[in-house]
Amino acid sequence: MILTFIETRDGKVKKSSLEALSEAKRRAGEMGLQTAAVLVGPAGDEAASDLSKYGPARVTHLESPALAAYSAQGFARALADLVKETSPQAVFFAGTAMGRDLAPRLAARLGVSLAADCTKVAVRDGRLVFTRPIYAGKALLTLTLKSLPAVASLRPNVFPLLEPEPSAAEVVRREAAVPEEEVKGRVVEVVREKGDTVDVAEADIIISGGRGMKGPENFALLQDLAALLPRAAVGASRSAVDSGWIGHAHQVGQTGKTVSPTLYFAFGISGAIQHLAGMSSSKVIVAVNKDPEAPIFKVADYGVVGDLFAVIPALKAELKKALSE
Amino acid sequence: MNILVFVKRVPDTESKIRIHHETKTVVEEGLNFIISPNDEFAVEEALRLREAKGGQVTVVSVGPEEALTTLRKALAMGADEAVLLKDGVKEAYDPLRVARVIAAFVRTKHPAADLLLFGRMSVWADNSAVPAMTAELLGLPQASVVTKLSVEGGAGTAWREVEGAVEKIAFSLPAVISAQKGLNEPRYETLKGIMAAKKKTIPVIPVADLGLAPEETAPQVEVAGLETPASKQAGKMMPAGTPEEAAAALVAALRNEAKVI
Repeated sequence: MILTFIETRDGKVKKSSLEALSEAKRRAGEMGLQTAAVLVGPAGDEAASDLSKYGPARVTHLESPALAAYSAQGFARALADLVKETSPQAVFFAGTAMGRDLAPRLAARLGVSLAADCTKVAVRDGRLVFTRPIYAGKALLTLTLKSLPAVASLRPNVFPLLEPEPSAAEVVRREAAVPEEEVKGRVVEVVREKGDTVDVAEADIIISGGRGMKGPENFALLQDLAALLPRAAVGASRSAVDSGWIGHAHQVGQTGKTVSPTLYFAFGISGAIQHLAGMSSSKVIVAVNKDPEAPIFKVADYGVVGDLFAVIPALKAELKKALSE
Repeated sequence: MNILVFVKRVPDTESKIRIHHETKTVVEEGLNFIISPNDEFAVEEALRLREAKGGQVTVVSVGPEEALTTLRKALAMGADEAVLLKDGVKEAYDPLRVARVIAAFVRTKHPAADLLLFGRMSVWADNSAVPAMTAELLGLPQASVVTKLSVEGGAGTAWREVEGAVEKIAFSLPAVISAQKGLNEPRYETLKGIMAAKKKTIPVIPVADLGLAPEETAPQVEVAGLETPASKQAGKMMPAGTPEEAAAALVAALRNEAKVI
């Protein structure tokens, strides 16, 4: 069995968790195994029924007063007990902030290592083989884990979703034995960013600006473009962030976030190696830059040589027209 | 406060990575090594906490002899002591192994540590796993990817970045924290600091002397391949013309050819 940890937000299952569950189903199929899903802490009944469409044989929902708020310590403890009882061959996580926080803690509790932030999973001789970018994508490491279960986190936006199908998973609700006093740190408050923003790590489309944006006020132009497109977020190069033009949560690159959106726009970004490392696995890259020699054009699928302050308004008008058709 | 900061020696972020295909390792010749950038935020935070509350800052690295240079950089920033946990195994991409080494060191040499600070991720193996694993092995609470930290008495609060939000985490000490850009602005070393760091003796403890069983430090990660990603074909340039023409050609290509909008 391959077990997938399911993350919810406001009671809804996160898309990246469904991607992980879909990939688990594909690989489990190759290995002749079943899949299972696990929800921890507060989650609605709706979540369990959403999950069953992705084919798990069982959905386990672990609850306990000690799990009412997220803590890596409490969640790892509850998951480890389930793993010991059900002996899955692998445990998958979405490589979100929570997945990256929790998966290593679970692995250590089980005495096994981890394949973090994987972009490819294969099966060879009955074993899972993971591929993951290192040096922010400057190299690709392919590895197997010698001890079971194989714990892995999967990069969001990389693995395709299965077509949802009506199916009935067995849903098991149970109390997890997590003593309150064992949890020595937990989330006490979640402060959402203003508006309905999508994080660059989860966005389908990223609209990034660099030094060529010339100042913080011009990032509003990128916000405008992002507002036109579905699941779009504004990104930035390190030099724009270091100049204080936009918050570091938007930084894409080796010392920021490594992203793989469907579409990446680079406005006024020359393409320093550490930026390219963080975004070159995007499916389609568009670069707009005044300098025809800018290295960003070497990785771009589509390039426009020109003044971004003239191109952005024209692009906005064209996009509006295209999207209304 | 007794603060431990864990730092890693990594290739400069501007480095081009070359691969030795037979051994599936990175060619280290010609690479410039630095302290992992995220670790500088951890060192800086430790120094600020010491300045506010007193105590001692010890920097620790697991790595080869050459990591002494990385430790001297942290000493020059102002850390009080440094320790090298000398590891004969090259980069094994195995975070559990490193966490076990660190946990054994903390248990045997620094059982009274109040805070264990790390960078959120080394810019080498990119696992972002050692802090959480160390926390679990020592039974401590953790807060990772932290952009704001406050510690008062035996407890603390950390603010951590998640998708589109900030989580506030309350924890008791001792605890494990991993630092993210935004936490602070790391200071530069002073000339005085550099001179003082040169004179300091850095104790070297071989990993084998930490009392771990050989199977505990045997890598569990088996490297099946290491490659540089396939380089992309040069793309299509939009024909020179007015911005409006370029925008129209681009949107048409994204819609009809790439089919992404």
